[in-house]
Amino acid sequence: MNEALLRELVPAVIGVLVRRGADFAAAEDAVQDALVEAVRAPQDVRDPKGWLITVAWRKFLDAARAETSRRDRELRADNEPEPGPAESADDTLRLYFLCAHPSLTPASAVALTLRAVGGLTTRQIAQAYLVPESTMAQRISRAKRTVAGVRFTRPGDVATVLRVLYLVFNEGYSGDVDLAAEAIRLTRQLAAMTRHEEVAGLLALMLLHHARRPARTTPEGRLVPLAEQDRSRWDTRLIAEGVEVLQAALARDRLGEFQAQAAIAALHADAPAAAETDWVQIVEWYDELVRLTGNPVARLNCAVAVGEADGAHAGLAALAEVDPGLPRHTAASAYLHERAGDLAAAARLYAEAAGQASSVPERDHLTRQAARLNALLRR
Amino acid sequence: MAKYLLLKHYRGAPAAVNDVPMDQWTPEEVAAHVQYMVDFAARLEGTGEFVDSQGLSPEGSFVRYDGEGRPPVVDGPFAETKDLIAGWMVIDVESPERAYELAAELSAAPGAGGRPIHEWLEVRPFLTLHAAVFDRVPD
Repeated sequence: MNEALLRELVPAVIGVLVRRGADFAAAEDAVQDALVEAVRAPQDVRDPKGWLITVAWRKFLDAARAETSRRDRELRADNEPEPGPAESADDTLRLYFLCAHPSLTPASAVALTLRAVGGLTTRQIAQAYLVPESTMAQRISRAKRTVAGVRFTRPGDVATVLRVLYLVFNEGYSGDVDLAAEAIRLTRQLAAMTRHEEVAGLLALMLLHHARRPARTTPEGRLVPLAEQDRSRWDTRLIAEGVEVLQAALARDRLGEFQAQAAIAALHADAPAAAETDWVQIVEWYDELVRLTGNPVARLNCAVAVGEADGAHAGLAALAEVDPGLPRHTAASAYLHERAGDLAAAARLYAEAAGQASSVPERDHLTRQAARLNALLRR
Repeated sequence: MAKYLLLKHYRGAPAAVNDVPMDQWTPEEVAAHVQYMVDFAARLEGTGEFVDSQGLSPEGSFVRYDGEGRPPVVDGPFAETKDLIAGWMVIDVESPERAYELAAELSAAPGAGGRPIHEWLEVRPFLTLHAAVFDRVPD
């Protein structure tokens, strides 16, 4: 059967098993076991969901019987399925909340969400996060134990779910799992189930950033700064969808940080060329974002935007108000110094920023910037 | 989560508190030390934080390119080399504080007299292979 289709069914099928009386951890295991079987099953199953429920329930019973006989060979529980209520759309929603439960560390919540809501295998998740499969298996089973006592019926704070999806998206992609695409799929599914403005805001933000992905790196993996990106390679269909989702969210007049970030991304997407970017509006949105979150990273990005809107010296003045210990502060300072015409300081700062980079592509990008300026200075 | 390398030095790190060379320990002390390492790795696997662990032979050579069509130049081992890596462990943890906590636990491995070695471990963050999507400057 089709893997993508099956993965979409996973949260609903877990929900059905839980409603029939399985605990979450056992239900989740049973559905994963059923998925393995489903990949080998014939393509022409008429009702894939019914098939998955039947097989997963059988897997659950098998595991429960094995467990029971281990514990007590004399007293066997009656494990026949209760007719029980049918599945509900809310099951999937509750699963999002459970997997993002505040008692979990961010990494555990991410892993559990990708497995129980995303339907990815432990091996796929391990590959995406570059850890051994056994380590990821332990991370997931610990996460399941952590939420074992959590009642499945209560929805939680949607902000915790959004934080998890944001983390998945921000990881980009490595291995054969495209985490950004998976994050979009899960956020889209969530947006279809809830009318929360910030869910729409995050979906718009993801779509607008994802639209730029083909232009963000060269085929060799070099980072291409926004101003130098080939805008004809931006995905206009994703941009249109992102803008539409954002506008609908903004119209409800309940602003949040993801909507504000998406608005900034939309303004970039709207500019036919870097020189035509509406930096004044972008600064306004950053001010809004800082007001909403107090986030120092927003202040840092705002200083760069001020540098574009009001000139590099204004940007440097704004940057002087930002905590110099922030990641990328030096990189921003290098950029603004170059814009201000101080190439020697910019070259030195770029080299320093390269030493502070947290990823290989950023380090290499910043090193190239330093080398470019040093070559200019030698002339 | 972020990955960190815990680097164990034969030489080159500041002196450990319990700085008796391993060949002066009793066999039981050596066995206890090795068991501590195995248990530590197993425990980290259980917490979902273990990535890799390797030991290195102290014997090594320096090798360099010597021009087109020429064999590589092989030199050493250099007895006087200041820094010598004994092995490493790679962990994937939630914070730098957690990385330090685990490095300190590893440093407490028993040595001579069954007392903790208190050896210095070098903790180095990994660079990620991909840049994060958000938070680039300027972007």
